[in-house]
Amino acid sequence: MNSLTIAALLLVFLGLAYQQGWSLSRRLATPQGSLHSRPVYHGSLVAIWTLAPALLVLALWALFGSTASRAFIIANLPAEIVDQGGPALQSAIQRVRQIASGFGVAGDAQPYEAAAGQALRQFQVITSATVLAAITAFAAVSLYFARRRVAPELRARNEVERLVSYLLLACSAVAVLTTLGIVLSLVFEAARFFTFVSPVDFFFGTVWNPRFSTTGSGSGEYGLLPLLWGTVMVAAIAMFVALPIGLMTAIYLSQYARPRVRNVVKPVIEILAGIPTIVYGFFALVTVGPFLASAGAAVGIDIRATSALTAGIVMGIMIIPFISSLSDDILRQVPRAMIDGSIGLGATRSETIKRVVLPAALPGIVGAFLLAVSRAIGETMIVVLAAGNSPFLRANPGEPISTVTVTIVNQLTGDQDFASPQSLVAFALGLTLFVMTLFLNMAALYIVRRFREQYE
Amino acid sequence: MTHNQETETAAMNMSSSQFVQDQLNASEPRSNEMKTRVIAKDVNVFYGAKQALFDVSVNVPDKAVIAFIGPSGCGKSTFLRCLNRMNDTIEGCRVEGEIRLDGQDVYDPKIDVVELRARVGMVFQKPNPFPKSIFENVAYGPKIHGLASNKTELEEIVVTSLKKAGLFEEVKDRLREPGTGLSGGQQQRLCIARAIAVSPEVILMDEPCSALDPIATAKIEELIDELRANFTIAIVTHSMQQAARVSQRTAFFHLGVLVEEGPTEQIFTAPSDKRTQDYVTGRFG
Amino acid sequence: MNDLFSTKPDVPQESEARLDRIRAGLSRRHAREKRFRLYGVLAIAAALAFVAILFTMILSKGLPAFQQATLSLPVTFSEELIDVDPQPVREAGQSAADFQAASLRWQRDVTLINWNRVLENAVRQIAPDVEIETRDLQSIIDNGERFKLRDAFVADPSILGRTIQMDVLASANVDNWLKGNIDRDLPDAQQQLSADARALADRLYEEGHIRMAFAWHIFTNVDSRSAPASAGLAGAFMGSLYMMLVVIVLAVPIGVASAIYLEEFAPKNRLTDLIEVNINNLAAVPSIVFGLLGAAVFINYFRLPLSAPIVGGLVLTLMTLPTIIIATRSALRAVPPSLRQAALGLGASKTQTVFHHVLPVTYPGILTATIIGVAQALGETAPLLLIGMNAFVAAVPGSPFEQSTALPVQIFLWQGNENRNFFEARTSAAIIVLLGLMISLNAIAIFLRSRLERRR
Repeated sequence: MNSLTIAALLLVFLGLAYQQGWSLSRRLATPQGSLHSRPVYHGSLVAIWTLAPALLVLALWALFGSTASRAFIIANLPAEIVDQGGPALQSAIQRVRQIASGFGVAGDAQPYEAAAGQALRQFQVITSATVLAAITAFAAVSLYFARRRVAPELRARNEVERLVSYLLLACSAVAVLTTLGIVLSLVFEAARFFTFVSPVDFFFGTVWNPRFSTTGSGSGEYGLLPLLWGTVMVAAIAMFVALPIGLMTAIYLSQYARPRVRNVVKPVIEILAGIPTIVYGFFALVTVGPFLASAGAAVGIDIRATSALTAGIVMGIMIIPFISSLSDDILRQVPRAMIDGSIGLGATRSETIKRVVLPAALPGIVGAFLLAVSRAIGETMIVVLAAGNSPFLRANPGEPISTVTVTIVNQLTGDQDFASPQSLVAFALGLTLFVMTLFLNMAALYIVRRFREQYE
Repeated sequence: MTHNQETETAAMNMSSSQFVQDQLNASEPRSNEMKTRVIAKDVNVFYGAKQALFDVSVNVPDKAVIAFIGPSGCGKSTFLRCLNRMNDTIEGCRVEGEIRLDGQDVYDPKIDVVELRARVGMVFQKPNPFPKSIFENVAYGPKIHGLASNKTELEEIVVTSLKKAGLFEEVKDRLREPGTGLSGGQQQRLCIARAIAVSPEVILMDEPCSALDPIATAKIEELIDELRANFTIAIVTHSMQQAARVSQRTAFFHLGVLVEEGPTEQIFTAPSDKRTQDYVTGRFG
Repeated sequence: MNDLFSTKPDVPQESEARLDRIRAGLSRRHAREKRFRLYGVLAIAAALAFVAILFTMILSKGLPAFQQATLSLPVTFSEELIDVDPQPVREAGQSAADFQAASLRWQRDVTLINWNRVLENAVRQIAPDVEIETRDLQSIIDNGERFKLRDAFVADPSILGRTIQMDVLASANVDNWLKGNIDRDLPDAQQQLSADARALADRLYEEGHIRMAFAWHIFTNVDSRSAPASAGLAGAFMGSLYMMLVVIVLAVPIGVASAIYLEEFAPKNRLTDLIEVNINNLAAVPSIVFGLLGAAVFINYFRLPLSAPIVGGLVLTLMTLPTIIIATRSALRAVPPSLRQAALGLGASKTQTVFHHVLPVTYPGILTATIIGVAQALGETAPLLLIGMNAFVAAVPGSPFEQSTALPVQIFLWQGNENRNFFEARTSAAIIVLLGLMISLNAIAIFLRSRLERRR
């Protein structure tokens, strides 16, 4: 069935219904005085009610149409082909569809194929005609009833506005559904994983060795701790880089810099925030890693090019603008009067900052810090490229490590069966990650919100 | 007889013509009976291209209260903030002319603003205690300036300052509680205690009662009157009644110009300038 | 008791002692102030240096990749080598399927022609005196360039028997060699090209038969594994474009609608509080978790195709939705309440107020929100890996439902290529393209924003 025809039909009905509602309400307006709503709203209301049932029919067709036609083809195929199932059945169905569409098949068609194709063709003609007829009928009937409702006292505007606000509410529900979807899918798939591996072995295991094979009874060891350790180590190194630089940048920009300097420097630093993380990963791999390795060699320390240190430092660079702009916002909210009070007592700028501004802004900065940590532990591409993917408990940051996020990528990008523990473990890891970041975010958002309220 | 009582009596006994004479001679450093702490001469202040003060010359007498009055935007606060160079913190602000504290030029590049502000303290319009305990608020100044060599000395300074600010009795049991938990009036007295703790020679007050209720205001005014025994005080106020109540001398600013300066009674009862008269009688402002 | 006449007009003694104490500490305090300021300057310098290093690295590595060693050859389409039937023409009565089969057969025959020999002859023609083995000679030409000859022939079979001057890409190894990316002093065993091939490349370069030409194919070709020199970004670019379209079509209207609902219509109750907290948290959920959601829900549950831009677009939509909502809400919040009160006061309904008065004012803000969201989606890699977009796809996707990759994923794939020397530059070039796109997006946003704001 041609979707263009349907679209055209719907458009015709849309225009017709709108025009009907509009002109009808205008005609009513003249003799009996004023309308409750302007004709525009009557037109819109009639159009909405006319199209809604037709769209519902269309949605049903879109959802079940292909399943129905598939079932019809299978019903028309000889039993022995249906029994073969799998690719043979799939290709048979494909051939029947090609015959029905008039494209034909290479070589000669089997008699049963030709018959089935013929039947399918009839089926398609009948169903499309039915759907078209149904759409037309529904639209026409509802147009009739919607038209009858048009009256001067009809509160068309209120109805249209109510429908609009339902639509808006439905849109806000998408975000909630997303969260729900995340939680449900993570919990559900993680539960499937825990039917293979006990939660105790997962959360407290110290060996990560999932053995990429689905054969055999041994499914490998799934100890979370080495990954968690790697995650914590990289995040700690990142914060070690980002916090001093980010915070000092924010302090300088908010307390010392002239507006002109600030207006140039701030956007330039924020460029760092807009760069995709894959670019940082590449930067780590190609520039920072080799640099650290040779710097380490120069002073006699063994640092691998892909290591916790490389990933951590580059992640720290990525997080600098995050910390600096959040802290900058927060530092600027510290009341000017408080700063003046300290300066007026003869404190120097730095004394004021260290003893008054920072203590006052501390909750907000802690919030920013927590958000940054959450971002660091959830960061993926930098660690995928630069941390070396070596899931062992190691204390030396110069050695390669692996993290939760890296392992999620590794487990789901292999050729594993989705239902195997090797794949499902990604969801258990994802759940762990989600819960960790959720707590950090909630805490951070709560603290920052309280801080804002304090100075509003 | 204390110095204060004496000046007050002297002021009361003087005739208005003498005050005019006084006024005319004010720019010259004068005899020792009217000690001058701060001398400002031909002060011009610019915010960027805009001029906020025009050739202001005022003498701030020692151990007395001088009030700066005038309608909003007349430059009285700007002038006050010149005295301890708080205007330095405002981007694009430029001060010309001469301001001397005990004969030293305040705007001399050799002057250390940190030291200057330790000598010329300031209390602001809105009470602005630090987010610290009451004790820490008062101890802040002495600590940064290294005025106390040990803990006992510091405690002594804090207690004395709180007593001088008339707050000690109210807060002695909760010195470790945050200063932001006090009432508005208490907070302002805490800020005064904080300023006193550094033992400045001059205290500048920028509309210290504008955010307070009448009872708290009365307490602060009482406090100012007491403090005048030990400190030189310059106060900016919106309220003419307040100026009349607390000050010995009053300066009237209008549109960035110092219109008139003299003993408070004279400004309020027999102003020599038409503008001053219009202002104090409530015709504008 | 302060006697007026007994004290000197100077400072009293006690005060003098106090001042001495203050003065004693001054130099130390000022030194500390200077040091603190210096830390601030250093932090900013470090952050700016990171921006500078990052861009220098990428530009210095990437820009040369846009110039690529290209051979200019007189290619003779000799009948002797090109020996195939004429191109089939659809006969009357032939089914479409049969014709397709015949065409495919012909194309296969054409592909099986020894195009490499045609190229070899062309090279020998310009360097007739060189004695070099066929294998070595062919190693200087990119493996995929024979298809260029085939395509030229398919497009115009009449060139049979003629000689045409054509540009073909030199192989990646020749490109490396001529650009000096490989140490020329390395022994033969460590060189990718044989000594004969290197000598031939040098000679052709000197004679001008090989020149550095702008590498248009980076934009027009798809990825290739067998012919690295001709690998391009066209497929990834289209994939990203489809995903951005999905994001713009879905995320922007839904995001703006939810922002309007939450900011303007939502009653203040626990439900809307929950939605609010939920959106703020969702904005901080690690992107990889959205990938897990996509894998579990779209791929595994709804059985949507793997590697398809539509799925990537959906995942990115969900991911960018909170960003767009938050940014739009802050734009709405910036509209002064007086505007709403004025409209409401004139008798406009809530809906009319919002859609006729408030919304038009926030267009620049919504535009910015859109760009922020789209730029974020454009640079995202991790979730796409989990829905199979890291598959090798050697075709430009014709629709959002076909297999495809995306620009950041292409960067990820290229950085992992074994031919490090060549692909480091190629990856940097891809990064330049990606960053260029993001910068242009932002530039367009700034331009439109200033236009929109000026109109008001």
